[in-house]
Amino acid sequence: MTRRRPFRTASIAVVWLWLGLFALLPNLGLLLVTFLERGESDFVSLVFTWDNYARLADPVFVRILGESLWLAAASTLVCLLIGYPFAYAVATARRGLRPWLLLLVVIPFWTNSLIRTYALIIILKSQGIASNVLMALGLVSEPVSFMYGEFAVFTGLTYTLLPFMILPLYASIEKLDKRLLDAAKDLGASSLRAFWHVTLPLTLPGIVAGCMLVFLPSLGCFYIPEILGGAKSMLIGNFIKNQFLVARDWPLGAAASTIMTALLVLMIIGYWLSSRRVALRERKGADTGAATAGRTPDGGHDMTHGADGARRARGRA
Amino acid sequence: MTLRLRTLRTWLVWLVYAFLYVPILVVIVYSFNDARYTTEWKGFTLKWYSALAANGPLVDAALNSLSVATLAATIATVLGTLAAICIRRYRFPGRKVLHGCIYVLTVSPDIVMGISLLIFFIAMGVQLGFWTLLAAHVTLALPFVTVTVLARLAEFDEQLIEAARDLGASEWRAFRHVLLPLAAPAVAAGWLLSFTLSMDDVLVSFFVTGPTFEVLPLRVYSMVRLGVKPDINALSAVMFTLTIVLVLLAQTLTRTRRK
Amino acid sequence: MADQEHIIELRGVTKTFEDTVALDSIDLTIRNGEFLTLLGPSGCGKTTILRLLSGFEQPTAGEVRINGQVVNRVPPEQRQVNTVFQNYALFPHMTVRDNVAFGLKMQGVAADETARRVHDALRMVHLETFADRKPRQLSGGQQQRVAIARAVINNPLVLLLDEPFSALDFKLRKQMQLEIKHLQRQLGITFVFVTHDQEEAFAMSDRVVVMNEGRIEQIGAPKEIYEEPANMYVARFVGDINALPGRIDAVRLDWSAAPGAPLAPPAPGTPEHAALPPDLKPGEHLYDATVGGTVFPVRSPRRLAPGDAVQVLLRPEDLRIDRIAVAETPDWPHLWGRIEESVYKGATVDLVITLDDGQRLMAAEFFNEDDEDINYNPGERVAVSWVDGWEVLLPDDAA
Repeated sequence: MTRRRPFRTASIAVVWLWLGLFALLPNLGLLLVTFLERGESDFVSLVFTWDNYARLADPVFVRILGESLWLAAASTLVCLLIGYPFAYAVATARRGLRPWLLLLVVIPFWTNSLIRTYALIIILKSQGIASNVLMALGLVSEPVSFMYGEFAVFTGLTYTLLPFMILPLYASIEKLDKRLLDAAKDLGASSLRAFWHVTLPLTLPGIVAGCMLVFLPSLGCFYIPEILGGAKSMLIGNFIKNQFLVARDWPLGAAASTIMTALLVLMIIGYWLSSRRVALRERKGADTGAATAGRTPDGGHDMTHGADGARRARGRA
Repeated sequence: MTLRLRTLRTWLVWLVYAFLYVPILVVIVYSFNDARYTTEWKGFTLKWYSALAANGPLVDAALNSLSVATLAATIATVLGTLAAICIRRYRFPGRKVLHGCIYVLTVSPDIVMGISLLIFFIAMGVQLGFWTLLAAHVTLALPFVTVTVLARLAEFDEQLIEAARDLGASEWRAFRHVLLPLAAPAVAAGWLLSFTLSMDDVLVSFFVTGPTFEVLPLRVYSMVRLGVKPDINALSAVMFTLTIVLVLLAQTLTRTRRK
Repeated sequence: MADQEHIIELRGVTKTFEDTVALDSIDLTIRNGEFLTLLGPSGCGKTTILRLLSGFEQPTAGEVRINGQVVNRVPPEQRQVNTVFQNYALFPHMTVRDNVAFGLKMQGVAADETARRVHDALRMVHLETFADRKPRQLSGGQQQRVAIARAVINNPLVLLLDEPFSALDFKLRKQMQLEIKHLQRQLGITFVFVTHDQEEAFAMSDRVVVMNEGRIEQIGAPKEIYEEPANMYVARFVGDINALPGRIDAVRLDWSAAPGAPLAPPAPGTPEHAALPPDLKPGEHLYDATVGGTVFPVRSPRRLAPGDAVQVLLRPEDLRIDRIAVAETPDWPHLWGRIEESVYKGATVDLVITLDDGQRLMAAEFFNEDDEDINYNPGERVAVSWVDGWEVLLPDDAA
């Protein structure tokens, strides 16, 4: 206990110092600002108020919030509906093929999302690829533009964030013991019921992680609406950005951002609950391991249990 | 699985890949198109690439980005690796809090990090520019390095450290000669990831850099907002190629561990 | 260098992990140059002792001395003690040579001397041609040898071996036991060996420490432990045992009686002395004990009084089984029983016998040339007795 361990002490100190200074302190500051009044000369004045939260009830903001939640939820759902069968297909592909199939998801995942958003313009704009294809198929008679509007923003969010859904899903599906499905079928379950009772519950952490990695960024990334949606589209990320850079109303922008943080907390709790359920199921009947438990400091309820992809997932959206 | 289901599956896979890649490939193709405004093919040219090289502010921004990304990735890798080692190997008060903190940071929205750092830097009276951007990017990338290294350390045999110490290595030398070489692929992959994060970040950089220090993503952002331009096509092609190189590099590094 | 007769001393060592007691006030002295084995089931504290010696744990209370020095707070890297780990813990990213050289490198030994010593160490374990391989290119037995070479190259005062054979198959394990034993004689270093396998412990050790639930149950030479277990736990742990409840009827010989007193040992040369069992050891009292209704002569170094309840412990090979013709009665003390099961084992036949009072016994009969037939049939009636003096008497605490 009393032994001096300089390396250990220094490491812990420097890590805590950095995170304390550049993560904890700023976030506390952000929280503080939500309770301050807007300043005249400075950005804020040190007067306590609840007013900023009350101002979020303003119909303009409520409309933006509603629009944001709707778009984010819709893109998350679409990503999940495309991503799950896709991830399942990749995870059950031939073993030698899997790394390559996965690599093809990882590349767009690492690619600058600005560039990818930009690439969509060429597809969606008037006389763009989509329009030309539809004309060639005879579905439309004159060039159409899909740009500037809810649809474009929705497509942009789905397109940019799809890999963020696929990777955690893939990780949890790939980890799934396929013999469990065989066992379920052996016991008389149809494929559908086996999926419903075995696959789905066991891959739930991956689903939640994927949704978290799509839903939250789609609320925040203001450049997709700006590039694809034009002046009409304003989501919560744009609202926050405007408060900070245009309207110079920091407290209001900060208060709006706490909504995102609250959603984050909710999703983390959801993730924690789902992975704990899976972990509990898996632990049943496993050895108690009391002998080694005392020696390796291993937390147990790691947030990304079952979602290896989520660890490296997210990124710049 | 019935034949129909299997066909459906194959179709789905290819459709998703098409969805992911067609836009990018179209951009790359157009970057060689000798036409300014139309989507019609007007012949092969490299002139947009030379225009890119001649674009002074863009090249400056790219160089700025490269220097910030290199530095930020390096610092984040050092700190992130240390954090992973502390979490995995030591028991200390606040260990679980630190662990949780790291994971929350990997999923917390970038825009929140951006504005919280903006408030923090302004409150501290720090001039926005290179240093604030560097600090922000380190903070952005650090948790990802930690998570990457932690994944690698999970399969690390604690007895190896004990063996090293048993053979006379101090804590530091055990780290240097045993832990670090074995974690090296993950550390390198963490560096690459940090580098990409920094090179690509818009949301945090937007708030924490000053007018004196422009970085590539923000420059690209202001260009892209103006619509389709052939030189952006060229830029996209360059950046995409670079990404593929980085991904392949990272993949090779993480692949070796499985052997 | 080792200049103490007792290379390791543990005094009142207690170790607790949170609220479980791993070691409860252990006193243990290890002699310089001996091969000592810590034997016990998993969780008995044997590995904790090893970790206290190597420095990976610190005692909660008490003192650990190595070579006379208290080392409670000395970190592992500063102890002149090396360990062969359970799964060898070879550094996967280093060659065999670099693994073996690691300790010398940490000490800052010059390159040419390192090269020489590594070569010698590898030759000692017959692996000089494998120096440039990586550990994963070696077989389990070869990895084991590298781990040993890597530890002994540092000339430790004590070599600690933590279940080093657990990953090896049976044949290889036997071979490595011999090699390790040979190595220990050759090097003259103290070996502290941890295992849960009593056969392994007996085959290799000068002394065995039997542990249970954080306490030492018995310390002694293998033969002592096997033949004279200090208590029921040790008796059961180190092999199959039969325990027959009995009662002391009379004292026949009492070494603590004053010379000339009725029960005192007779003087050498007298006819009474000649009448004593020839293999009787000084200090062993003679008693009569009733076991299963029959009076047997028994002996024990324990002082017992008439009326004391005892357990008579007998190893399966101590029992004597006689096939008796109907209506005959042997003229030696015996118990009647019936063969329940007979299992052919090659060198022995293992028997399960049910005595008339319902108790089941295990017996092992060795084949030998004089014996015409030891193949018993289930249901056969037999007389059970034992070789006089091979029994162990323990006071029956339960009675």
